[in-house]
Amino acid sequence: MIEVESLTKQFGSKRAVDHLTFTVKKGEVLGFLGPNGAGKSTTMRMITGFLPPTSGDARVCGISVIDNPKEAKTKVGYLPESAPLYHDMTVIGFLKFCASIRGLKGSAKNDAVERAIETCFLGSVARQSIDTLSKGYRHRTCLAQALLHDPEVLILDEPTDGLDPNQKHEVRQLIKRLGESKAILFSTHILEEVEASCTRAVIVDRGKIVADGTPAQLLEQSGNGSLTDLFRRLTTRDTEEAA
Amino acid sequence: MTSLTIYKRELTSYFAQPTAYAIIVIFLALSLGLTFSFGNFMRVGDASLEWTFFFWHPWIFMLLAPAVGMKLWADEQRTGTIELLGTFPLSTWSAIIGKFLAAATVWLVALALTFPIILTVNYLGDPDNGAIFSGYIGSFLVCSTFLAITMLVSACTRDQVVCLIVSVAVCVTMVLCGYDDFTRELGKAASPAVVEAVTSIGVWEHFRSLNRGLFRLQDLVWFGSFMFVCLLGTSAILSAKRS
Ligand SMILES: Nc1ncnc2c1ncn2[C@@H]1O[C@H](COP(=O)(O)OP(=O)(O)OP(=O)(O)O)[C@@H](O)[C@H]1O
Ligand SMILES: [Mg+2]
Repeated sequence: MIEVESLTKQFGSKRAVDHLTFTVKKGEVLGFLGPNGAGKSTTMRMITGFLPPTSGDARVCGISVIDNPKEAKTKVGYLPESAPLYHDMTVIGFLKFCASIRGLKGSAKNDAVERAIETCFLGSVARQSIDTLSKGYRHRTCLAQALLHDPEVLILDEPTDGLDPNQKHEVRQLIKRLGESKAILFSTHILEEVEASCTRAVIVDRGKIVADGTPAQLLEQSGNGSLTDLFRRLTTRDTEEAA
Repeated sequence: MTSLTIYKRELTSYFAQPTAYAIIVIFLALSLGLTFSFGNFMRVGDASLEWTFFFWHPWIFMLLAPAVGMKLWADEQRTGTIELLGTFPLSTWSAIIGKFLAAATVWLVALALTFPIILTVNYLGDPDNGAIFSGYIGSFLVCSTFLAITMLVSACTRDQVVCLIVSVAVCVTMVLCGYDDFTRELGKAASPAVVEAVTSIGVWEHFRSLNRGLFRLQDLVWFGSFMFVCLLGTSAILSAKRS
């Protein structure tokens, strides 16, 4: 469902993503790990069609985001890293706006909005202005936006960032549940989430894949059963580079 | 269709916040205030409103139109919501059109609210209402042009204040360039070719003829193409910023 082929992004002299190739099939949840600045968000922005790649291609459901961006975008739900929202709107107003842009109308629109509010536990704040929401609720509102049109592909950039432990648990369960019928790519810095909700994980470092496998395979590769150790061994630390 | 959704959102956002009201009130106070004080409306008996009323509009618009348009893309870039718009299945062009029309609608409302002045001239005398109507069209075109400029500037920056200052500077230049007193002074110092070039970027020549009730194709083409070029530039800048 998501096919990334030799995707590269160059920012000036800096290569943020370096010939990245991977696929995510239907029913798969791919965890995207890597240190800060590894190029995770940049990769996601290219797959969602926000940033044009320097070279390479990404396809969702077989549709190239470069050749046919408009159609590819209808297949994807995307939660950006900063969970941006229009602060002058209410939660329900914002979700209705997003649903309209996605081409939903009338009762289909209302149903979709209702379903998203329920899935993301936003019922208590539905009529509240986004301005006055706490950070976790904002994050969940943006997540709800990604689920509105029941997309075949979900791309979530740090979906559990800023959530309380209860909500973290709920979102992990949600990802796991949705992953059965969709293709999901999500990034995270919390390694336990890999075991909790991923069927596969890749670790990227400086724009390149350094490890790829099921959680069990990665644990085996680490030798001592600790993902953290594997992560620390495979990725460059800023502290080392500075030394 | 998506343009309409964007248009509705932007318009609601203008009227959900004090911005639009504040600007409309200031506009009404200035335009009616100037008409009755410096315009000497009561004594001159200028029934076509050309000198007493419409004369002030470019001077007011050059300061106030950028205040309406400054948030259009600057805010979108500051809060990161541009990442949402960029991954929704809509073209940049339809977002530009929707936003532009919403800002223009705010000015349409402001201009419509000056209706007491029309009632007054009709009560006091026997004015040429056709000329007044074309004067309004001229005013609306001038302020739409300024909005288009502001939109272009706001695509370049995420800072509303920078956008406001730069757009006001450009609009002031356009108002001064065609103004008689200014061109006369310039004529003493520079060659006629320079004067002509400077006058051609000014708004007065096109605004004046509409004030006199003259619909000249060349004026409409001038305003239309100016706006079109600005909107085209906006689209180009927004795409260039991503790569
Ligand atoms: N618009 C941009 N212009 C220049 N450089 C950029 C731009 N966006 C990202 N970068 C650079 O690309 C690299 C990858 O950034 P990216 O945001 O993809 O990292 P990340 O893996 O998401 O990190 P984090 O875990 O901190 O979210 C970084 O070095 C960043 O500085
Ligand atoms: Mg990131």
